[in-house]
Amino acid sequence: MIQAILVFNNHGKPRLVRFYQHFPEEIQQQIVRETFHLVLKRDDNICNFLEGGSLIGGSDYKLIYRHYATLYFVFCVDSSESELGILDLIQVFVETLDKCFENVCELDLIFHMDKVHYILQEVVMGGMVLETNMNEIVAQIEAQNRLEKSEVRQVL
Amino acid sequence: MLAGSRPGVGKAATSRRLAPLCSPSPGKSKEAEIKRINKELANIRSKFKGDKALDGYSKKKYVCKLLFIFLLGHDIDFGHMEAVNLLSSNRYTEKQIGYLFISVLVNSNSELIRLINNAIKNDLASRNPTFMGLALHCIANVGSREMAEAFAGEVPKILVAGDTMDSVKQSAALCLLRLYRTSPDLVPMGDWTSRVVHLLNDQHLGVVTAATSLITTLAQKNPEEFKTSVSLAVSRLSRIVTSASTDLQDYTYYFVPAPWLSVKLLRLLQCYPPPEDPAVRGRLTECLETILNKAQEPPKSKKVQHSNAKNAVLFEAISLIIHHDSEPNLLVRACNQLGQFLQHRETNLRYLALESMCTLASSEFSHEAVKTHIDTVINALKTERDVSVRQRAVDLLYAMCDRSNAQQIVAEMLSYLETADYSIREEIVLKVAILAEKYAVDYAWYVDTILNLIRIAGDYVSEEVWYRVIQIVINRDDVQGYAAKTVFEALQAPACHENLVKVGGYILGEFGNLIAGDPRSSPLVQFNLLHSKFHLCSVPTRALLLSTYIKFVNLFPEVKPTIQDVLRGDSQLRNADVELQQRAVEYLRLSTVASTDILATVLEEMPPFPERESSILAKLKKKKGPSTVTDLEDTKRERSVDVNGGPEPAPASASAAVGPSPAVPACCDGLGNNLLLFCSLMSRGVSQPQRAFPKHPRISAGGSEFVCKNNGVLFENQLLQIGLKSEFRQNLGRMFIFYGNKTSTQFLNFTPTPVPRCGLDSLTRTHLNLQTKPVDPTVDGGAQVQQVVNIECVSDFTEAPVLNIQFRYGGTFQNVSVQLPITLNKFFQPTEMSSQDFFQRWKQLSNPQQEVQNIFKAKHPMDTEITKAKIIGFGSALLEEVDPNPANFVGAGIIHTKTSQTGCLLRLEPNLQAQMYRLTLRTSKETVSQRLCELLSQQF
Repeated sequence: MIQAILVFNNHGKPRLVRFYQHFPEEIQQQIVRETFHLVLKRDDNICNFLEGGSLIGGSDYKLIYRHYATLYFVFCVDSSESELGILDLIQVFVETLDKCFENVCELDLIFHMDKVHYILQEVVMGGMVLETNMNEIVAQIEAQNRLEKSEVRQVL
Repeated sequence: MLAGSRPGVGKAATSRRLAPLCSPSPGKSKEAEIKRINKELANIRSKFKGDKALDGYSKKKYVCKLLFIFLLGHDIDFGHMEAVNLLSSNRYTEKQIGYLFISVLVNSNSELIRLINNAIKNDLASRNPTFMGLALHCIANVGSREMAEAFAGEVPKILVAGDTMDSVKQSAALCLLRLYRTSPDLVPMGDWTSRVVHLLNDQHLGVVTAATSLITTLAQKNPEEFKTSVSLAVSRLSRIVTSASTDLQDYTYYFVPAPWLSVKLLRLLQCYPPPEDPAVRGRLTECLETILNKAQEPPKSKKVQHSNAKNAVLFEAISLIIHHDSEPNLLVRACNQLGQFLQHRETNLRYLALESMCTLASSEFSHEAVKTHIDTVINALKTERDVSVRQRAVDLLYAMCDRSNAQQIVAEMLSYLETADYSIREEIVLKVAILAEKYAVDYAWYVDTILNLIRIAGDYVSEEVWYRVIQIVINRDDVQGYAAKTVFEALQAPACHENLVKVGGYILGEFGNLIAGDPRSSPLVQFNLLHSKFHLCSVPTRALLLSTYIKFVNLFPEVKPTIQDVLRGDSQLRNADVELQQRAVEYLRLSTVASTDILATVLEEMPPFPERESSILAKLKKKKGPSTVTDLEDTKRERSVDVNGGPEPAPASASAAVGPSPAVPACCDGLGNNLLLFCSLMSRGVSQPQRAFPKHPRISAGGSEFVCKNNGVLFENQLLQIGLKSEFRQNLGRMFIFYGNKTSTQFLNFTPTPVPRCGLDSLTRTHLNLQTKPVDPTVDGGAQVQQVVNIECVSDFTEAPVLNIQFRYGGTFQNVSVQLPITLNKFFQPTEMSSQDFFQRWKQLSNPQQEVQNIFKAKHPMDTEITKAKIIGFGSALLEEVDPNPANFVGAGIIHTKTSQTGCLLRLEPNLQAQMYRLTLRTSKETVSQRLCELLSQQF
């Protein structure tokens, strides 16, 4: 199960934080900080897995992360998930973001936070992998956009 | 992607919503940010509270802002109501943001859950797939117990209904999985389970993936129920693996057909043993072979995604092969494949290969094959740049270690320790200590290894490790001389770790005489060497050294004056630390007044320690979680039996007695630390009982087994046995307590006193009256005395009384405290009732304070007859044919106390599938319900 999905930039500023198990607000922030410090000191070409921090889950949990330009994407998962599978899932998520935002960048995550959440929701649900087929995910998001547009039109 | 840094201005212009918060503010401090956010929060709050009703768009805008502020790390304590309003809206965009806010910000205890549940209920019933999807997402993301209670019945129906859309099915499967994870007892198994299994044949691969996740989790707990999934999973897997990469179209990821689904199917198969049906088994073997073959084919793409996906499937296949542990051919192929990965240029693959090999090392078929990679693994330990990978290499070396390579592996780990990362040093120290002990053929090597360990990483050597070396040296006389010589040499180093001083002090105190013949290590030289470290050590070490000195007085009469001078010194006799001062005083006195004979007795060599589980192993287990270590050890032990045709010659410590080892420090110290002990030291043969008892009396939890019975043995140790017989009527009772002296020596001043304990609620009132007469203060060896206690229950109580027993045995004062099993349920009188009466009364007691419920896992096999006997033993009447469900148990009775009578109804609902019980108690008094529920819950 995926316990948490954290996206932060090279300075540790959170850009997307999604917990699938309840943690109080201040613990959430602490986890983000601790995770940031764990991945920050790692070179780019060493392995993408590391033992979970002390705060989140303990030794059964692993942090699986990828670093893209200015952003770190970190998934905290338990031993029931395949490490490489999750690594690919991060890739799917990012590629989907890229398709939906046409060449995504950090600012998209800030200005379209709700959209990013909706895209993530199509990939991961309640900590479980929901859909891995990018075309299907994009189709769902496009359907959402159409609904949104039709509602806007109704208002006008 | 994400690489280009576009000017953000154009983007910001199209989306102004968050602009005020995010516009670049160069040079502004953190305080400025906080100020700005507080201003924005105040603004939003006033908008929400304002008179003007907000339209949907504004609400959406503000809720979105709140989400962003929350992301930045600020607490949001309002806006929830607005969010609930949004998600109850009929407009999709409003509903969507409302649900998002709730699933990010509402914790599972929120009071809002009821309102939210209502909205979810409507959306689930709406038959609008988009709305249903949103609702299911929300349930899965929050996953609280209240939600499980509300929807655990509904979601399975949606999942298996024929007309449910694929996307909704997918969501429903995962939603159900989430609910099952949080509240397994609330998810009813039913005929939907067989239909879920058939989802493995669904057309839509997304549905199959979600269903596989669900089935895997369900099958772990209910393997029988989902057994049919094995053959379906195998045939699905086979279709994927053998398909051309174009067959599965969208689910082909970088030329790999449906990698996630393959991984999930392989995980599901790991819940079961190898299939029995030869056809299924053959097909599975074929799949696994195909996956292994594909690994050898040239890659279809140079992209890392291609190799990741391919290898994700491969690693999972290898896990399944290891799990089945039955096909030697596949195991060896798996091992070779992992061996290739050990040298792969991708760090991720090296990491995973080391990890998988760890489990492979415990299979008897592949242990030898794993061992051939030892050089690669050692090399990894030395050259890997990544601590995660080195950690895995340490784990693998530990797993592949056996008698044949122990010396090499231990040596490599020791040399790695010199440069190891601080975060993993302690664990390596423990592992080295365990391996050195476990595979020691030559105990001199063992002693050398541990002393090296202390030299290299003294700070990381926990107490367990040095206690252990002392235990082993004391228990094996062939190594004592060598140990004394080695520690003596090690202590010569100008700077040595305090742990070495401890070990050295202890060993020389016991066995210094073995090397005293050599003039280079004469008694005086030994003493001076130890004493030169004395002043640099902490108090506990100095205390230990003082005990070594007094032992020297006995071993080497010639240094007695020197030692007495040291003890007499102001820095000892007037030491500010009471422990050191007391030792100095006592030891000085002992050395002056006691005759040589007495000294020899008091200070004789420590007797061997009882064999027990290595305290180090226990520590590692605690550190790594029990499963990881136990499995490895157990399988190894089994393997060694299988392979060698007989158990290994047990090294001094390999016995696997259960239970944590009792406090070693008291023994390690060799000598006690107070006058009482000093007295006891003066008589012979005291060291045995001294070890057997903890110095401070502890109240042993005089058993929950007496809750449902009145007779039996309450307590037993080497000296004393206490038996009980009791009877109760209404609020009165009588208890016969039998004390048996198990030794051949008299107990003197034998005084047992039962004392009621008051709960914190009322320190002044007594809930129980206990009356008893004193017993004869002398109990002869082998004799038994009896004590009668009359009991009166004044009002309901929770704390059981305590029986304190003091007596003198062989000059030592003994103190035993046990709980007397007088519990509230003893004052139960059973009441027979008809079904109608029972439920009428049950309804009358529906006030929330009157009901106490507990849901718990069965600790014992769930046997109907035993359960019945326990309920009757508990004191209530067992009412047959009252509950409409014959599997449930109901009981009724009255608790009698002097001040009141309380009617009690109880209902116990077993759930065989989940191995759980739900126990409900309803009485007119909250404290009674509470206590009875606690008492009875412990029984099943």
